[in-house]
Amino acid sequence: MNFVPFVKTRTRGKVNVSSVTLAHGGGGKAMKDLIDDVFLTAFGEHACEPLEDQARFDLAVFAAHGDRLAFTTDSFVVDPLFFPGGDIGKLAVCGTVNDLAVGGAVPMYLSCAVIIEEGVQIDLLRQVALSMARTASQAGVQIVTGDTKVVPRGACDKIFITTTGVGAIPASLALGVDKARAGDAVLVNGLLGDHGAAILCARGDMALETPIASDCACLHELIGAILAAAPGTRFIRDATRGGVATVLNEIADGSGVSIEIEEGMTPIREEVKAFCEVLGLDPLYLANEGKIVVIVPPDQAEAALAAMRRDPLGLDAARIGRITSDQDSRVMMRTSFGGHRMVDMLVGEQLPRIC
Amino acid sequence: MKYVDEFRDGEKARVLIGEIESLVSGMKLPEGRPLYLMEVCGGHTHSIFRYGLEGMLPKAIELVHGPGCPVCVLPMGRVDDCVAIAENPKVIFTTFGDAMRVPGSRKSLLQAKADGADVRMVYSPMDALQLARRNPAREVVFFGLGFETTMPSTALTILQAESEGIRNFSVFCNHITIVPTIKAILDSPGLQLDGFLGPGHVSMVIGTAPYEFIANFYRKPMVVAGFEPLDILQSIWMLLKQIAEGRVEVENQYARVVPSEGNNAALRAVAQVYELREFFEWRGLGSIDHSGVRLRDAYVHFDAERKFAIPNVRIADPKSCQCGEVLKGALKPWQCKVFGTSCTPETPLGALMVSSEGACAAYYQYGGQKRQAEVV
Ligand code: SF4
Repeated sequence: MNFVPFVKTRTRGKVNVSSVTLAHGGGGKAMKDLIDDVFLTAFGEHACEPLEDQARFDLAVFAAHGDRLAFTTDSFVVDPLFFPGGDIGKLAVCGTVNDLAVGGAVPMYLSCAVIIEEGVQIDLLRQVALSMARTASQAGVQIVTGDTKVVPRGACDKIFITTTGVGAIPASLALGVDKARAGDAVLVNGLLGDHGAAILCARGDMALETPIASDCACLHELIGAILAAAPGTRFIRDATRGGVATVLNEIADGSGVSIEIEEGMTPIREEVKAFCEVLGLDPLYLANEGKIVVIVPPDQAEAALAAMRRDPLGLDAARIGRITSDQDSRVMMRTSFGGHRMVDMLVGEQLPRIC
Repeated sequence: MKYVDEFRDGEKARVLIGEIESLVSGMKLPEGRPLYLMEVCGGHTHSIFRYGLEGMLPKAIELVHGPGCPVCVLPMGRVDDCVAIAENPKVIFTTFGDAMRVPGSRKSLLQAKADGADVRMVYSPMDALQLARRNPAREVVFFGLGFETTMPSTALTILQAESEGIRNFSVFCNHITIVPTIKAILDSPGLQLDGFLGPGHVSMVIGTAPYEFIANFYRKPMVVAGFEPLDILQSIWMLLKQIAEGRVEVENQYARVVPSEGNNAALRAVAQVYELREFFEWRGLGSIDHSGVRLRDAYVHFDAERKFAIPNVRIADPKSCQCGEVLKGALKPWQCKVFGTSCTPETPLGALMVSSEGACAAYYQYGGQKRQAEVV
């Protein structure tokens, strides 16, 4: 990036109050101070050109990485803001980095728009900004432009963050949801449902204390390793809201194939199983923030698995099933008990059963 | 989980299925139809689908999914009553999750929440009482729902509120009792059932003695069954064995949890807090005498029905719904005229399509569409 020189020399504004007020969204000095003090301090000089309304890129930088631009956006509205294993800031960076990476793109730049509810503690906001900055720097992406808005109390829930990401896709890759073929292997990189279970526990409105942490993580390096080891990879998607069950249904629909998974091969933490048991939930539908479903041709499955298991984020990787030639676009599970059941799209939210 | 895994052993299942097959093959089946075994309890329905048990059983056995999901038998007018209470701005209305989506004649509780009512999902009545302690200026109403399984916990919560002198807590009592329900099913004309899988959780509270009339008077065998897949298979095997040997008894497969005399402490709390209603309206089954309970006069200050003006209007089930026939086992879910067309889990007409324990939702989710395609 080219930095505008006077950004460095300018003295930063300071926020002198403890909580955000509507004045911080007013466009005047208070807002400038908030951006300077909280966001630019955290994001550092990478959050360049605060005086411009856009980030500017040298196209050659993209061209060096690939032949297509990948572009994605996502909003994060998690409650609570901080939970075991992560927080909304980390989530906002990982989520968008992963959305780029699953398409094979090298994630490069992020934007960040923050909607803040009047009354939010400045310290809390600072922690969130620092967490975003830390995660971005670990992931090797830069937060290059952003926006803040303050809304009256009650108009939003504490902090909402929208991140948009751009990256470049290497010319050799062509992953697609329509590319799964009969015989392909279905892989996942680890234990499923941790994020969903962690958030439900952290909300504290069920008297359950389970030591489950979110799996929130940036997966681009793991995905890079998979693509290197299994260049024939057909499709990758991160199994966020709706869980693995939803992704599998999307693949079945998109490729016009059916999928059979084995309950006994599907890695789920004992604590998550027990948690689901108590509440009558199905872990296959629980959200993940660090798990992907990978479809690879059968002869590259072992190589892809081995590559995953070499990465700390893929230690529990497993082959959970295969694509079948049945053309009904169905996802079936062979239960560990020996029966079959259908794994359909979820309607609405999973609600716990009564007894 | 170790304890649970024992009851999910696929190897043991294969052995049991083999024994069930050999029992069935040596048996004289009813003329022109398979053996119909009804599982009364929604929890069983759920396990049967979740583990794919139906597909593992020989074709000569057909499972009929009974009325044992309390959400499924809730009449529409009762949901309207809930919405009316919840729309009172003073009220925090609390309910179990799966009651949220059951359609009322105007809206569900989920829609009422979206429209601004303070409806909150809780996991036990004690959570609701906790809300009442924390919000002394609000009136916290708990939607008491379920068979004898959940009845004691609501009763104990009321006793707790009484002992603490909490006055901003009340229960909209819709608890129902299992025995009159089974009786209503046994009395329905043209019934074709060859045996019952008795509800495990309910029996934990009431024991097995209350079912004796099923064997003695109606001459149908019953096996009180647990919820793990091996429990269910073993109970089916026990039922078949009774039928094969010409015995008609109430047996207890779930003895590790269900004492034949029930749970005395729970029964005491239930007797102290509730009294039988003359009759109670069921969705699809009409009114069943003495099938519901309400709070005794001594606990009138915890009775939402007497604390709030409740419309209490009877709403007829939508004409196209055949929930009643499905609940009684006369129709399979996919044979209902609106199954999968105007009635789906997204737009449920009947509650059987809402709760994950409802037979229609279970068929729809776990392979009903395929089943339907094969039948049509
Ligand atoms: S399909 Fe709908 S209307 Fe028909 S029985 Fe099932 S829930 Fe009732």
